[in-house]
Amino acid sequence: MTSVVATNQTILVVGGGISGMTAALEAAETGKQVVLVEKNPYLGGRTVQLYRYFPKMCHPTCGLEINLRRLKANPRIQVLTMAEVTGITGDKGAYNISVKLKPRYVNDNCTACGECGKAVQTEIDDAFNYNLGKIKAAYLPSSMAFPQRYVIDSSIVGTPDGEAAKAACKYGAVELDMQEETVTLNAGAIVWATGWQPYDATKIVYYGYGRFKNVISNVEFERLADPHGPTGGKILRPSDGKEAKNVAFIQCAGSRDENHLRHCSRFCCMGSLKQTHYVQEAFGDAGKSTIYYIDIRAIDRFEDFYQKVRANPNVNFVKSKVARITEDKDGNPVCNGVNVEGYKRYAQAHDLVVLALGMEPSVKGLQIPAEVMSDSSGFIMADPANAGIFGAGCATNALDVNRAVQSATAAALRAIQVVNKVARAEA
Amino acid sequence: MSDINTQMADRYKNNFLKEIEEQAEMGEWVKMCMQCGLCSGSCPTNFHSGWDHPPQEIFMLIRAGKREEVLNAQGMYMCTSCYNCYVRCPRKVPVTHVMHGIAEYAYRIGRAPKNQPTMHLSRTFWNNATKYGRVNEVKLTQSLYFKDGFGSGVKKGMEMQSVALGLVKAGRLNPLEALGMGHKCKDLKGIHAMLAKAKELEAQRKAKG
Repeated sequence: MTSVVATNQTILVVGGGISGMTAALEAAETGKQVVLVEKNPYLGGRTVQLYRYFPKMCHPTCGLEINLRRLKANPRIQVLTMAEVTGITGDKGAYNISVKLKPRYVNDNCTACGECGKAVQTEIDDAFNYNLGKIKAAYLPSSMAFPQRYVIDSSIVGTPDGEAAKAACKYGAVELDMQEETVTLNAGAIVWATGWQPYDATKIVYYGYGRFKNVISNVEFERLADPHGPTGGKILRPSDGKEAKNVAFIQCAGSRDENHLRHCSRFCCMGSLKQTHYVQEAFGDAGKSTIYYIDIRAIDRFEDFYQKVRANPNVNFVKSKVARITEDKDGNPVCNGVNVEGYKRYAQAHDLVVLALGMEPSVKGLQIPAEVMSDSSGFIMADPANAGIFGAGCATNALDVNRAVQSATAAALRAIQVVNKVARAEA
Repeated sequence: MSDINTQMADRYKNNFLKEIEEQAEMGEWVKMCMQCGLCSGSCPTNFHSGWDHPPQEIFMLIRAGKREEVLNAQGMYMCTSCYNCYVRCPRKVPVTHVMHGIAEYAYRIGRAPKNQPTMHLSRTFWNNATKYGRVNEVKLTQSLYFKDGFGSGVKKGMEMQSVALGLVKAGRLNPLEALGMGHKCKDLKGIHAMLAKAKELEAQRKAKG
């Protein structure tokens, strides 16, 4: 059994992405006890799945490594991975929470040596790379996964492959008889930082995502550009593995649309501007990017970044919401629409189309097992009715990493105030 | 008394957007357009020669107060009511209805071009349908076939002969309609009174502005 030490002075953080990690660290570093619950087998959320950050074009590994060092150095944080909150009872200052833990089938003895992965033959979809490739059913989710432990997929448990993984392990780390368990714990305050998911692109029928192989999403493009990604960092298009030197970016794919997402997702303009750098870096002057936009929203200090991309002769800006994507006989996606500047109709073929998908809160449609107020887009609102539950990061709004961290710090402070009150009452 | 077009121009002076908002059906949606171009891009008519101004361009012209350009435009008459723009508009602007609203307004103030084909079809259909409360298909077809003169009417009739005979055989077309017989609305007086009342109410509302 997993044991969790928690009292009413503990802060529960739900979600281990950049917001959850930040909230947990900020609270723990002021001396609070924190339990951090993460659904995936690793921390870092969607942030670790990025290739680079804007505006400084640095790698997420760097910023994340600092957070992981803080986490490892802090004995007040207990991390539960492959865990989901299934129930919340009680009220502000005295919550009782049940958490379901899925079996990892690998215990603390794991050294991430990788022998089990070599022994296993079965392959599963690579969720970390947005299913762009396949991985072995005994895997390390990413090169800098924390905890640095392998995971055995439940599909091979009870098969010869599972036994092969167990036999290959020199450290006795593979435990195929691990069971799903539910633990209960107390907490005075809860920080809800379950982040976001890209909008389901198949719902934007006229863009043909899912029908045309060379129409991909912005998050998938990050994985294509990443050296740890399925193509080893080469920008190759999915249909034929050809180098994608002529890339189109379609802004507001889902966002600012009453039929899809009502809100502006804020990060996608900067995301696409950043991704034009990937094309430029990979192919030099042979790499051409076209951004189809309604208007570019490079908020506050990012205007400078936008102007630099705008000055790049290899990046073309077309003021138009693409109306339809078709495919020509060579499998090239063709963007059809009307250029609003001059009202010219175009049908432009590209090697690859990247949909700048908007941000949908992960909490949308999910039943948070407590009363939490949300807005018309499904983001958690700050509301007294939420009592001791505080939204953080992209669960509360469409934010980039920088703003998510600010939001998480604020949520941590609110949670600290609640448990401080509990501490004074109990003293 | 000056004509209604001049009256309206005087009444709204330089505020053409307000004129459209108050006078054209669904005109209040024009200001919601964010000029993304999705409506024009989605239009299956592909702007053949008649499509001088696509919807989002007309919306912008209205907001820019270009009264003459808009009222002289052909764009709003070219709409085929496929509703592609309507269902896709990110702002949920009922583009199809706005286009028809502007076309109807232009017609009402006498600015619709003479013999514009879609306008002619709409008017013929309306007069035909409201006369008996139901469409007299034979007379409707006749009046459309003979629009451009007797010779071309006969030619079109001959071309479509087999289709017409097929429809008659299948019981879909009643040749007696040519004599003013065939299906009618039961309470003809009632429907005429209803239409007159609707027209009166609409005129009242638009006069208030």
